[in-house]
Amino acid sequence: MTEAAYDAIVIGAGHNGLTCAGYLARSGRKVLVLEANDHPGGLAATWEFAEGFRVSAAHLLHILNPQVAKDLALELHGLKCAAADLRTVALDGAGGQVAIYGGKVEGVDAADAVAYAEFHRQTQRFTKVLARFCARTPPRLAERGWEDNLALTRLGWDLRSLGKADMRELLRIAAINIYDVANDRFENPLLKAAIGLDAVLGSHMGPRSPNSVYGYLHRHVNDGLGGGGPRVVQGGMGALGEAFATAAEAAGVEIRYGSRVVRIDLQDGRAAGVTLADGNGFTANLVLSNADLKTTFMDLVGPANLDAGFVRRVHNFRAQGVTAKLHLALDGLPEFRGLASTDASARLLLTPSMDDIELAFNHAKYGECSPSPVMEVSIPTLHDPALAPVGKHVLSAVVQYAPHRLQGGWEAGRTAFLQTCLDRLEAFAPGIGGMVLASELLAPPDLEKQFNLRGGHWHHGEIALDQALFMRPVPGAHRYATPVPGLYLCGASAHPGGGLSGLAGRNAALQAIREQEAK
Amino acid sequence: MKPHDETLLLDTPFAAGVRRACQLQDWGHWKGYATPNAYEDVEQEYFALRNAAGVFDLSPMTKYRISGPDAGAFLNRLLTRDVGKIGPGRVGYCVWCDDAGMVLDDGTLFHLSEGDYRLCAQERCLDWLHWSALGFDVYIQDETAAVAALAVQGPTSCAALQALGLDGLQDLKPFALRSFAFDGGELLVSRTGFTGDLGYELWTAPNHAQTLWDALFKAGRDYLIRPIGMAALDLARIEAGFIQAGEDFVPADQVLRPGRGRSPFELGLGWLVDFGKGPFTGRSALLRERQRGSRFRFVKLDVQGDKPAADSFILNKSGKVVGHVTSAAWCPSAKRNLALASLQMPWGRPDDALYAEIYYSRELHWTRLEARCKVIEGPLWDPPRRRQTPAPDF
Repeated sequence: MTEAAYDAIVIGAGHNGLTCAGYLARSGRKVLVLEANDHPGGLAATWEFAEGFRVSAAHLLHILNPQVAKDLALELHGLKCAAADLRTVALDGAGGQVAIYGGKVEGVDAADAVAYAEFHRQTQRFTKVLARFCARTPPRLAERGWEDNLALTRLGWDLRSLGKADMRELLRIAAINIYDVANDRFENPLLKAAIGLDAVLGSHMGPRSPNSVYGYLHRHVNDGLGGGGPRVVQGGMGALGEAFATAAEAAGVEIRYGSRVVRIDLQDGRAAGVTLADGNGFTANLVLSNADLKTTFMDLVGPANLDAGFVRRVHNFRAQGVTAKLHLALDGLPEFRGLASTDASARLLLTPSMDDIELAFNHAKYGECSPSPVMEVSIPTLHDPALAPVGKHVLSAVVQYAPHRLQGGWEAGRTAFLQTCLDRLEAFAPGIGGMVLASELLAPPDLEKQFNLRGGHWHHGEIALDQALFMRPVPGAHRYATPVPGLYLCGASAHPGGGLSGLAGRNAALQAIREQEAK
Repeated sequence: MKPHDETLLLDTPFAAGVRRACQLQDWGHWKGYATPNAYEDVEQEYFALRNAAGVFDLSPMTKYRISGPDAGAFLNRLLTRDVGKIGPGRVGYCVWCDDAGMVLDDGTLFHLSEGDYRLCAQERCLDWLHWSALGFDVYIQDETAAVAALAVQGPTSCAALQALGLDGLQDLKPFALRSFAFDGGELLVSRTGFTGDLGYELWTAPNHAQTLWDALFKAGRDYLIRPIGMAALDLARIEAGFIQAGEDFVPADQVLRPGRGRSPFELGLGWLVDFGKGPFTGRSALLRERQRGSRFRFVKLDVQGDKPAADSFILNKSGKVVGHVTSAAWCPSAKRNLALASLQMPWGRPDDALYAEIYYSRELHWTRLEARCKVIEGPLWDPPRRRQTPAPDF
């Protein structure tokens, strides 16, 4: 059965899907969003993982694009921050700590403090260029039209206006690894570890992996827009998802939950609508997929409907997650060795050095979990006590490395890795083990299942230069339009990639509108 | 047979017979196999093809076995033509393209039995077949070394093969297949070839190869059968107007510079493209090309004089270069000086005045010639026996 036609159908109510739908609706189009789960937001979700304890998948808001937030009036639609400009505190587990706040760093000697200020200044300038590029549809390089030349000229101008010294430095470091860059500039191992972890969080990379600098710039892209440290959303990240949904609905978007799309319907090679798991169908001339690249093409469109070369590129898109999420319900507030009590609410990085991260990564290369994983920890209940019963706390940790294709499988490996994580935490916060009331470990296969994310990759796919900018996700689909006319990508698989920015959704909508109007 | 890590050039299963017959020791190589350019004399070999029967060892030809539940669907997505129209026991000429609609290779598809196919190709393309197989339940095997093959081509070919004991062969239709018992095994015969004439191709297991070679030449003696090398075959295929990968077009996966590939339309193979059959690799690009027009036209040119226009530029009336020759030869049976050429659109229309810029040397004295060319429509060499069933006796 086919129901009433829409101007556009968006597959998936992740924040990008909702952003995309919102912009399309604001252009006067009738938009339907179909979501398999029963809540909006995708990874911007909050749920009860133990009785009375609530936690979010994505726990810190780093790079929400200010223009998107403004256009969709997210604050008007319920987005409230419980905390902003969090300090980042790196701990070595032996009592040492380094705290980073804007361009300032505490716990290092004067030389490192000066060097960090300079590094931060440059990062701001570099990410300003990057942020401008991220807010646009990437130009075509081969079949260039005037608008492509204009975009390239703008990029060239942005680079040139960095001045000779900074431009040279950006071109020098853009494709190399963060390990070398950090060692060139700093002495303090904890400071270097903090920078190194920022570069590889969410990626199948160690600090020594080529082009890990790009990962750092991507994470700090809002630095160039004057953004500070990460924010904590009041009510959990799910409230952000709700705000996106409310904003989209206010713009006239219709959202249907529990509606799993199983097929993108084609008519003479063009996207013509979608079919749901229950057999119902919807038609539209425009279909925008917030699903990841492989789900979109290998599952929903099907390889038989695509050219073999494109299928090869989709197949080769690196999207095997290495990041797990650990959630603990705690009886009290854990005490981290060396951490001032006022800093417990900060963003905590648990790793003593870049070598520690690199060694943890080595295991992932061979399909093993790190015996000594690195973590980004947040205790959201310090900002938002309502997330747990009175006096109790929630610890939320992004844990690396936990490869999607674990040798021996996750069924067998889960308990061992959970214990590994708890042991690691115990080393940083003695006594924490005794406080654990309940725990939840979401390995990449769990993320895959829970969030319909093939490969369970946090960013839908690796953030690396060969899968970024002009080449995200793959050549032939890097301008949101895909080889299937009428089908666009609008999720983290598309430029500029993952990380709750909303830009992929916004850019995709604007590009689709532009292309429809050009006809 | 020595493997590739012990020898630069492999022997085909017919090597003993081939080496005995190759009097000139004029060896070339074809896809890693030693292959004679000529056995005794190119002209005699060519005329055997046209007036008697020539035997060509085509074992080095790349051969893939394609089977499994989705074999037909897989091939329909790979090839530009409708594979559903090639029934079991039939053979079809075909091309396959990359995403941009540029030809990767041309070849022949043998539908051996329901859902079981053999794809014969000029180029190796196992990786492309495997990439194309994503999402299909299909089994692909490179059987290049597992199948020994001979082409027997020319007016006496049918009679010679009947003398070999292939009873009823005269009733085999063009592009049809039939299996015969031979030497305690199977001999598959297809009425196919690369000469544009009456002819057959024989396919068997390598352990029957030597027996087949010896028996064939014994049976064919009265039919003036003789082995032919690459040079004679090349002359015959140019005369027949057949294109060859690597000569008349660069396979798309070997093209480095943008725009140097050719689409089926640009090779005169538009008839192999079926837009009605559903998705296939290159379809969108080829549809766009059909709407916007092609960049090149592939033509047969009748070149004035008798100097082959090999590698020549093709000029228009005002001397502007509008294309180039990809293959050329003086064709003895058609008695024409033929050139296959790729011309920029819109050149190559029937009445266009075109000239081939030919350089030739006589005793190291070089002469430049602008030979008038006329576009030939239809085949240049197309004897009725090529299509007649039963095949005419000789």
